[in-house]
Formats: sequence, structure tokens, C-alpha cells
Amino acid sequence: MTDTPMLNEWYPVGILTQLTKAGRDTLLMGEAINVACDSLGAPVVSAEDGRTLPVRARYGHVWTSLGSPTKELFDIPEADQPGRRLVDVGVVRVKCSPLRAVENFLDIAHFPFVHTDILGAEPHTEVQRYEVQIREEVDEVWATKVKFYQPQAAKSAAGGITTDYMYRVPAPTVSILYKTCPPRPGEWDVITLFVQPMAEDLCQVWPWMALFDDQTPMTDLIHFQQMIFLQDRSILENQLPRLLPLDPGMEIPTRADMTSVAYRRWLKRHGFTYGAQLVAA
Amino acid sequence: MILYDYILSPDCYKVRLLAALTGARITLRPVDFHPGGEHKTAPFLAMNPSGTIPIFEDDGLILTESSAILTYLAAKAGPAWLGDDTPAMRGRVAQWLAFSQRLSASIGKARVHDMLNKPADIQACRRAGTQCLREIEAALVEQRLAGHAFLAGDRPTIADIACFPHSMLAPDGGISVDPYPSIRLWTRSIRALPGFIEMPGIHRLHDLKPEPGPIPERV
Repeated sequence: MTDTPMLNEWYPVGILTQLTKAGRDTLLMGEAINVACDSLGAPVVSAEDGRTLPVRARYGHVWTSLGSPTKELFDIPEADQPGRRLVDVGVVRVKCSPLRAVENFLDIAHFPFVHTDILGAEPHTEVQRYEVQIREEVDEVWATKVKFYQPQAAKSAAGGITTDYMYRVPAPTVSILYKTCPPRPGEWDVITLFVQPMAEDLCQVWPWMALFDDQTPMTDLIHFQQMIFLQDRSILENQLPRLLPLDPGMEIPTRADMTSVAYRRWLKRHGFTYGAQLVAA
Repeated sequence: MILYDYILSPDCYKVRLLAALTGARITLRPVDFHPGGEHKTAPFLAMNPSGTIPIFEDDGLILTESSAILTYLAAKAGPAWLGDDTPAMRGRVAQWLAFSQRLSASIGKARVHDMLNKPADIQACRRAGTQCLREIEAALVEQRLAGHAFLAGDRPTIADIACFPHSMLAPDGGISVDPYPSIRLWTRSIRALPGFIEMPGIHRLHDLKPEPGPIPERV
């Protein structure tokens, strides 16, 4: 394995409430690992060669790293805000590059076509101009002032609304989305995509949410998010080239793709190339 | 009528789809199948000792096999979906209802293995699933030569509803449907039915929707 910068990042590998002492075998960047808990319930992650890997228990999930993380796990301040429902959506495996899973999550333009009548609908297909920046002080990609018309923006939304979005990429395989919270104007619902890279073209996705919604049963919240993500899955498994191209070639990005362009540029700047291709495509 | 439902389950989707096509009113009760495993908890095992979903409840009757639920729902809300009352058509419909169990055991299993990490002998599932698709393709070719677009006759029946979801979702489990043109035509026919509803992985036909906005003068 040559991708040292990505080795030192944190990755989700399990749901905290579902750990067992026997553990579960899985893959992290090609390496076999076991995700278990000790007799007190604290997460323990070990590699095939017996190494005990660093762990963090945060945002409903177990996080680990194959290398030596130089940064602490990113912060989501909203996770500790009182009154939010925290939703472990459950793992979904996808035969695609972990970076492509994140990039798809950052895209708005596909909503009317892939999440028809839920997150988008024809003829409301225009992505209005929004702002994108790589925030140097925190070293994160941010997209703000994103607006989109949505027939059913959330399980708690009664009808069509224009939804405001912000996107944030704090780590190479993590995307956090902030969106209009229908029952609580002025607050943002937090919906995340935590991605576990298993191989360069295989990943496990652990969506997680922190919502203001006292009404909707937990199972409905889980099913809504699984429905959305599973609509994406078949698209992701058919994207070509399989690895995410970091250099512009035959693809012609449009204005709606500004977040994707910034994400790819940020990945390249840091040498986050596990799941990427450097040959122009 | 109550359906204990999971949005990603093809067997639950069959019931939702037939209800939509017949206009039957069913109440959906979402079950936390994944990640919660709610279908294996005591209240659900009391209703269905085999620990599977869908579970269907109506007037004291509990049904847990999707083919039985389709039969019941059709008899109640849309008898035409049972097929003609002739021995040959009754036999063909029953044949495909039984066949659909092989789809669940092969393609269905490969899908939850690849998608939700459930245990399976993945190679065996894919081999068996491919064999099933080849049999459907061959049957549909025969049907088309006889002038019929559907599995059991010249109109859709619960045989089609029973076999259609797994046939479309096969790629979710790493089984290609590219080699089967008749299956593709057949799934288009089903997706074009009035009242059709989708599930993740089974998309509506966008190209049959009305052109959004004013129709351009020149194309």
C-alpha cells in the first residue's frame, strides 16, 4: 500500500451499539481487521498481525486508523446539542470507490432523476449558483448557500419546499450535510455519510443522522434514509472509470459540479489517492 | 389489511406493488430489519416463527409467504390478477409463484450478502440466480412467439409480480441482467402499467413521463 496520507486518517468500521466480544471481521484499505468490544463494552479493533489499532467511539460509530493519525477525529458540534434524535442508519456495502460514494453525496443535480418526487422533481432541475471554498483554517471543503426545490425533503416534510443545504468534507471519506429542518426553522438537520474504504473499488457506507424530529418513529427515519441511499447504490456501482479521476480530462464539469471540483482538488493536494486515479479521464 | 414492511425487501415490495396496481388499501408497518433485526424479536416470532418478512395480517388471518399474500390480495382486490379460471392458466400462475421462491433463495440472498453483509455462499447464489434468469428469459421468448408479453398469458398476473422484482434487482447481488433482452422488455411492460410504484433499484420509466414544460417547437 502506497497511500500514506490516507493511512493516517480515521475510518468508521462499526456501529457502537452492535459490538460483540467475538467481533466482526471486515476489511480496511485491503487489510483484514476485527471490530469487537471488551468486557466493559469499549470498542477494540485489531489487525490481522495482532496489532491493536487506535479507536474512537463517536457519532454512533467505531472509528479506527491503520496508521498514526496526526489529527483528532473531526468535530460535529451539533451531535451534542440537546433535543436531537441520533439515527444509526446501518451499513450498506457498495462496489465502488469510497471517494465516488462521497462525491455522489455532494451532488445535487441528480436529485430529480435518481430520487424522483422525493429530493427532486422535474421540471425543477436547475441548480442555482452556490458558494464553494476550501477553508484553510480548518482544512475542510465547504459548499454553502445551496438551494434546491424538493417535493419531500425529509420524513418530517409535509409538502414541497425549497431546501437550503450546506455540505462539508472534514476527512477524505466523510461528508456531512446540513439541511433545512422542517419542524425547527433556524436549525439545521445533520445527515452524514461515513465511508469505510475496504478496497479501492469497494466500500461500506455508514449513514448517520442527528435530526430535530420528535414525531417520526425511528424505523421510519431509518427506512427513509436507506431508501434514498439505495437509490444511489446502483448508480454508484455503474460509474466509469471505477476510480475517481483527480485530473480533468474528457469530463466537462458544469457550474453545478463546483463542490466535486473542490473535493477532487483537495484530495489531490493532500495525496488522498486511495480510490482515485491520477490518469486523466 | 396490514403489511409489516421493509422498504428494501423485494418480497414486501411485491405486496406494495400489487396493492398499488389494484387500488387496494393496505396499512404499512415499517419493521427495523436492518440494522435493528426487529423481525427476529419475540413479538414478530410470535406472528411468524420463521423470522422473515413480509408478514400480512387481515381480519385475523396471518400470511407470511409473499406468494400466498399476492394470491389473497388479488382474490380480494383484483381477481383478474389471478389469471383466467382455466386449468392451464391456473397451473402456469402457480408454477411461477413457486418458481419465485428460487429467485428469493438465489438472487435475493446474493443481494443481501452484497448489500447488507448477510452470510451466504455467494458463488452458489449467483450460479443459481443466473440459472433462474436464463429460465425466465427462455420462457418469455416462448411467450412472445405466441404473442404474449407476460409470463402466464397475454396480460399481467401475480406470476409477473412474483418474479419481476428479483429479476430487476439481480445486479444488486452482482448478477448481470445484460444478456436477457426479453427480461428487459418484460420489465418495461410491467413498469408501464398504470399505478406502478417503484422501490430503490427499480426505477420508473422516465421516458414515459410527459415532457416537462412546454414542448419545444423543434427537436
